[in-house]
Amino acid sequence: MLTLLFDGIAYGMLLFVLALGLAVTMGLMNFINLAHGAFAMAGGYILVLLMNRAGWPFLACLPAAFVLTALLGALLERTIYRPMYGRPHLDQVLFSIGLTFMAVAAVDYVMGSSQQNVQLPDWLRQRFEFGSGAWQLGMGAYRVFIVISCVALALMLQAVLSRTRFGSRLRAAVDDPRVAAGLGIPVDRIFLLTFAVGSGLAGLGGALGADILGVEPSFPLKFMVYFLIVCAVGGTSSITGPLVAALALGIADVLGKYYVPKLGGFIVYVLMIAILLWRPQGLFSREARR
Amino acid sequence: MKAAETLRAPSRWRPWEVALWALIWVMALVFGQHAALINEIAILALFALSLDLILGYAGIVSLGHAAYFGVGAYSAALFAKYVMPDPLVGLAVGTALGALLGLLTTPLIVRGTDLTRLMVTMGVALVLLELANKFSEFTGGADGLQGVVMGPLLGHFDFDLGARVASFYSLSLLFIAFVLMRRIVHSPLGLSMQALRDNRLRLTALGLSVNGRLAAVYTLAAALAGAAGALLAQTTGFASLDVFEFHRSADVMLALIIGGAGWLWGGLIGAIGFKLMHDLLSEVTPQYWTFWIGLFLVLLMLIGRERLFRPWTWFSKART
Repeated sequence: MLTLLFDGIAYGMLLFVLALGLAVTMGLMNFINLAHGAFAMAGGYILVLLMNRAGWPFLACLPAAFVLTALLGALLERTIYRPMYGRPHLDQVLFSIGLTFMAVAAVDYVMGSSQQNVQLPDWLRQRFEFGSGAWQLGMGAYRVFIVISCVALALMLQAVLSRTRFGSRLRAAVDDPRVAAGLGIPVDRIFLLTFAVGSGLAGLGGALGADILGVEPSFPLKFMVYFLIVCAVGGTSSITGPLVAALALGIADVLGKYYVPKLGGFIVYVLMIAILLWRPQGLFSREARR
Repeated sequence: MKAAETLRAPSRWRPWEVALWALIWVMALVFGQHAALINEIAILALFALSLDLILGYAGIVSLGHAAYFGVGAYSAALFAKYVMPDPLVGLAVGTALGALLGLLTTPLIVRGTDLTRLMVTMGVALVLLELANKFSEFTGGADGLQGVVMGPLLGHFDFDLGARVASFYSLSLLFIAFVLMRRIVHSPLGLSMQALRDNRLRLTALGLSVNGRLAAVYTLAAALAGAAGALLAQTTGFASLDVFEFHRSADVMLALIIGGAGWLWGGLIGAIGFKLMHDLLSEVTPQYWTFWIGLFLVLLMLIGRERLFRPWTWFSKART
């Protein structure tokens, strides 16, 4: 029971890091980017390639995945995302679905459609056991590592957004780009940086969770719904919202799959609809607090 | 007298519309060997017409329109299997159940922003998918519902393997739906739908009930989608979980976007374009055709539909 709960938390934290970039682009830049999962997939593939082909250690691959996906994100933002910012949501949705289709087919073509294997280092394959009976808690070192790094990331981001000059500039640029630009804030560059970091986070999440989520071409479509649920339910105006939503989703999913395997997805979707009916702006949105 | 003429002008049948319909029927007669494809196109066109009604006319975004399609398909298939095999009665049942589900889910789509609506509509389709998967003794689960045998159409025409009867059946229904929709979008109800899309506040100020209109148009669209689903189940004699899948909602959206939302021909032209493109691409690269569809979609959105289909404007300055 506790073991399951812990697995759920690890899964939820992973979802949080993956969806965070999406929450940022959606809430701050008002852009619905369904291709977010493609960046996460890119991170996973970078990890696999570096580890299996180039023989890099696991820990070195994680920053590499972050940096490379961030660069990819920056490149795409500059070239094709920027013209889409002011467009209707429907256009953005279709545009990013198109990108996702392209990414899926391209990866399938280059890497093959089978799932890639990740060889975790030995120190991540240990297992700790506490207690006994119904309250036994078994924690894989890998999942502990995921939880710790995700918590660290979340704290760091919260600090950056609320404490630094960049954070306040970003919030200003989001609230009113025109006035912010008038005050001399380089709105374009801030959006570019934010998008890159968001994509980088997705890549990092994809690399971190390579063993839990799997690395395969259909990844972006498989997890798109989950990312969107996290953002829609959590609201996109704060970090706390997506965090709570991701944890709840992770725990509900793991428990649901264990206890009622055939109804697992059903429960998650019904819950999502119910929450969205109750709070159309998400659980922790600015609108709801007002 | 003059004013009345002007008001009535948009609803009049244009010569090219009559010609196009005549052409469609002639094509169906001539290309008998492609009847299966024509049948698929007609069904997709009907489905896209239904999405056009809510997206193009009423401005409701939906990523889960397959929900109503799937309900129509399963109810028509189950009805034929357990109650009676007559296609027309089954069609009515599928349409009615689609409409019922549409009416029941209207409260879900009247609130919130575009994102909420996208998520909720997608959620409804996913919930139905999970349900159909769960009650597998009833729906056949992942294997699909087999053993659906349809009776002859109107008591005379048996559904043949070459799908000729099926293609005429679907085309007739598409034609009827098109004429009906044409009447509706030019009626006061249709005009209020477009007003709803453009400015909700003003519609309320005019004393019309926004939620009532939304319920009406959503139910109507759901009924059409149900009819399209029922057609698919009847003409293929099969229903599977595939009818609820996300890609079905995405495909119909794509077809509508290709043809252009907000006019009735959009669904028809889009369905033809999408199916032909799909057929052509999957013949060239069976495994990677989604790449080209994706590329097309990205270009379409980046360049804009008006410009993409008018190559002579590519090198002139963009209007901003």
